[in-house]
Amino acid sequence: MSGLIKSSIARKVVMALSGLFLVFFLVLHVTINLASVISPEFFNEASHFMGYNPLVQYLMQPILIIGVIVHFVMGFILEIQNRNARGIGYVKYKGSANAPWVSRNMFYSGLVILAFLGLHFYDFWVHEMTYKYIEVNPEDPTRYYAETVEKFAPFWRTIIYIVSFVLLSLHLWHGFSSSFQSMGVNNKYTPAIKTFTKLFAVVVPLAFAFIALYHHLNPITH
Amino acid sequence: MKLYLKIWRQKNASTKGQMVDYTLDGVESDMSFLEMLDILNEELISKGEEPVEFDHDCREGICGTCSLMINGRPHGPDSMITVCQLHMRSFNDGDEIVIEPWRAKAFPVIKDLIVDRTAFDRIQQAGGYISVNTSGRPVDANAIPIAKEMADKSFNAATCIGCGACVAACKNASAMLFTSAKVSQFALLPQGQVEAAERVENMVRQMDLEGFGNCTNTGACEIECPKGISLENIARMNREYLSASVKG
Repeated sequence: MSGLIKSSIARKVVMALSGLFLVFFLVLHVTINLASVISPEFFNEASHFMGYNPLVQYLMQPILIIGVIVHFVMGFILEIQNRNARGIGYVKYKGSANAPWVSRNMFYSGLVILAFLGLHFYDFWVHEMTYKYIEVNPEDPTRYYAETVEKFAPFWRTIIYIVSFVLLSLHLWHGFSSSFQSMGVNNKYTPAIKTFTKLFAVVVPLAFAFIALYHHLNPITH
Repeated sequence: MKLYLKIWRQKNASTKGQMVDYTLDGVESDMSFLEMLDILNEELISKGEEPVEFDHDCREGICGTCSLMINGRPHGPDSMITVCQLHMRSFNDGDEIVIEPWRAKAFPVIKDLIVDRTAFDRIQQAGGYISVNTSGRPVDANAIPIAKEMADKSFNAATCIGCGACVAACKNASAMLFTSAKVSQFALLPQGQVEAAERVENMVRQMDLEGFGNCTNTGACEIECPKGISLENIARMNREYLSASVKG
């Protein structure tokens, strides 16, 4: 087992598993976000549950944060090793001749997503922690919808979110199906996995972008 | 045709190399790429200059010795061939052709366009073999029934000539396609089952020790492989490795 932990294959499996876990989280996230467009009341209820349920707060949230950290740290480790493995670079290297742009630039799309997560955590997670644990405000199950809509009032923030969702789409386009290959799945189901990946990589980020734009264009009028 | 060549020249493993420009006239379209380099070398020798060193042997796409990065692609612009099978009809009069050695830390340059690929030999030695009875009464391999599909997949994996184009093409200089082909050709056959678990563990360990990069599933290796070795082999090796590691 010690060999397993050090091996390149194990590192790729860790990358794949943490990636698939984050894909699962995206489904949960986009589902709740869509509620903010369809039913503000349900969105408030769901957000309040996520914000105050002990199981979510003290078990699911730490697991999610660990998942994000593992995926990014492993991504950096792999990138450094991969750059070292080449040594002297080519004078002429035609990467576009044999591999799509998305697969060759996962590190850069990942970096943009990481930078976006910094803003996203500042916008929502830091705000939430301040509200609950620093300012120690009382529970208010009706505040979430208004807070969310207000966040998308500035045009610049909406644009940054939408651009980040485009990069998320590109990252998923390669990463989702690639994680199956890393775990040893390449069989008769692979074409179906690749088709589902492309569908997922378009639909989910598009839904996120739509929600951001919807709230920007439909501010709450007092 | 007249060609403008940019070729990597390096005196030996311990000196720094550089690209050197050469103009070569009178190249015929039916010449092979290696014949074109032969003509360049004859010119250099006649001028009292050091010829360009490059690897070659069978010149019929079997041995896997020739190994040139041509205009940014291993074995040049055509698919499913080695450099010796590449002909000058794939180029036009006046073209600039950039010729470099395979680039990977695990493949250090020995001289000019020749790299040291003994890292592949060490991976093979780590487990690329099977135990067979050589006592004088061996069981005929044909006596063991093998499903056609398995035999075909094993044969396809075994067509890997170990040229290193997969490493050269991969943006991470990963040797997963080569190693997986060597693991798969045995893993798919009953004769390969005796050392199956330790084979994959040892070969992957050696591959990592040599300093090759990690596979990011771009598929560049599969596209550039002159023998069309499939990514399926990498998935199979990953399965074999995980299963062997978990079983201990």
